[in-house]
Amino acid sequence: MPTAFPPDSVGLVTPQVLHFAEPLALACGRSLADYQLIYETYGELNAARSNAVLICHALSGHHHAAGYHSPDDRKPGWWDSCIGPGKPIDTNKFFVVSLNNLGGCNGSTGPSSLNPATGKPFGADFPVMTVEDWVHSQARLADVLGIAQWAAVVGGSLGGMQAMQWTISYPERIRHCLAIASAPKLSAQNIAFNEVARQAILTDPEFHGGHFQEQGVIPKRGLMLARMVGHITYLSDDAMGEKFGRGLKSEKLNYDFHSVEFQVESYLRYQGEEFSGRFDANTYLLMTKALDYFDPAAANDGDLAKTLAKASADFCVISFTTDWRFSPLRSREIVDALSAARKNVCYLEIDAPQGHDAFLMPIPRYLQAFSSYMNRIAV
Amino acid sequence: MRADLDIIQEWIPAGSRVLDLGCGDGELLAWLCEHKQVSGYGLEIDPDNIARCVEKGVNVIEQNLDKGLSNFATHSFDVVVMTQALQAVHYPDRILREMLRVGKTCIITFPNFGHWRCRWYLASKGRMPVSDFLPYTWYNTPNIHFCTFEDFERLCLDQSATVLQRLAVDRDHRHGWASRIWPNLLGEIGIYRVSGSAAMDAQAAS
Repeated sequence: MPTAFPPDSVGLVTPQVLHFAEPLALACGRSLADYQLIYETYGELNAARSNAVLICHALSGHHHAAGYHSPDDRKPGWWDSCIGPGKPIDTNKFFVVSLNNLGGCNGSTGPSSLNPATGKPFGADFPVMTVEDWVHSQARLADVLGIAQWAAVVGGSLGGMQAMQWTISYPERIRHCLAIASAPKLSAQNIAFNEVARQAILTDPEFHGGHFQEQGVIPKRGLMLARMVGHITYLSDDAMGEKFGRGLKSEKLNYDFHSVEFQVESYLRYQGEEFSGRFDANTYLLMTKALDYFDPAAANDGDLAKTLAKASADFCVISFTTDWRFSPLRSREIVDALSAARKNVCYLEIDAPQGHDAFLMPIPRYLQAFSSYMNRIAV
Repeated sequence: MRADLDIIQEWIPAGSRVLDLGCGDGELLAWLCEHKQVSGYGLEIDPDNIARCVEKGVNVIEQNLDKGLSNFATHSFDVVVMTQALQAVHYPDRILREMLRVGKTCIITFPNFGHWRCRWYLASKGRMPVSDFLPYTWYNTPNIHFCTFEDFERLCLDQSATVLQRLAVDRDHRHGWASRIWPNLLGEIGIYRVSGSAAMDAQAAS
């Protein structure tokens, strides 16, 4: 029953799939002959086709950003706090497009899809994707949807990197770029965490060089460990302390190694367990590589201002005080480059205890500023 | 527009690039962008003020002035403005030095603690002056570095900065005969336009 959905929800949504037969050349030198993208849309495209907003997802995200797939769904899409009628990305005003990126495991062509050349799943043979590749594939989706220019491209974390890449790859096709809890490139520490996650997967005996699907198994342990280490970086020390402290599952210590004793251990195991059941290990490897490789300034000897000089979009950059994965300092690097390149930019540093995950949370100051910025966008 | 901003806008050439330190709700920048095709940024730390700037479409950057302006290149702005904030920063000398480096010219406004009313208050009551214009008591005031016109001009001298223009006004921002005759005694608010010395610029550039 539609009445079961909250009034500020986009309600029931149905994913759509588009097939692309034109080969897509990739940064790695290979190309995808044939692929499909799964996406959802919310709101209506106006007659002038000037109100389209693209949502770019982060590492483990997908196309289902808002609303519900069925009245029985326990949870709405992953960014439902920010997309819907009257929400920051107001679907009464904007036509919102949200896709699953290439290489994903939620319906777009990726490592778990069948390789038409072999009739078997791609597995490890799926090409490594970059943020640039994704942006090119998103541009093709925009072409098919009849969107010559996005009113805005919006993303958090890895999604923010795609939004930034849009302003560089297709400056004439984006009017506003919102990069939230993002970074202009990964630090050594960021890459180190990704490498631990990758090693967890790669060394799992069930990984089988990436061709585990053919063996009818999944590298569950590796994926679980990868998610556990990732999850630690998404939360702040404060947020973990607040949520779990040193709380115990039972009243006393067991003096052994196999019991789940602390609440935080139980939580991480649950997160890892749940994730390993729904996410593809090869996709996880690919997403972390896309993160590691992202460095648009490298084309200009590390000069980000020069790289962003070609952008014609206006920017909104938002960071969160306790985010240590992509700290406010990383966002300020973007802002400094933008001001040196004389671009229009608003920068907000939101005081929030939730760490990197704050970009998904309904934090009043964040939502208010996000709304104010989106309201300003002429369509 | 706020009276002091109305005076300041006359000192900012059309089309210039402006950095407004402590830009408040973005009133000055919004006006300058609309009427004088000025571009630039406002720095602010108050969340409500930042929200007003975003609503107005002003380029606002959340940044604490006490941490300096090292993220801005030397002479990257035509004008750096700071209104009614000099007395509230931790290091007025450092921020002035930074303003002179980043801006080709600087416009600064601040309350004059040498005004006769302050002097009279202190002399007659023996207590730190409190007025309608500066309503705080010494322990809860955000204004932690009061100075007089005389003090400010000495700081400019110390930093080899040149005072290009100076206006002493009363609390309603009128510049009548009184504040012209004896600014440091009769002017309540100082509006200064200063620039760095060529020697300092060379030093900054190196």
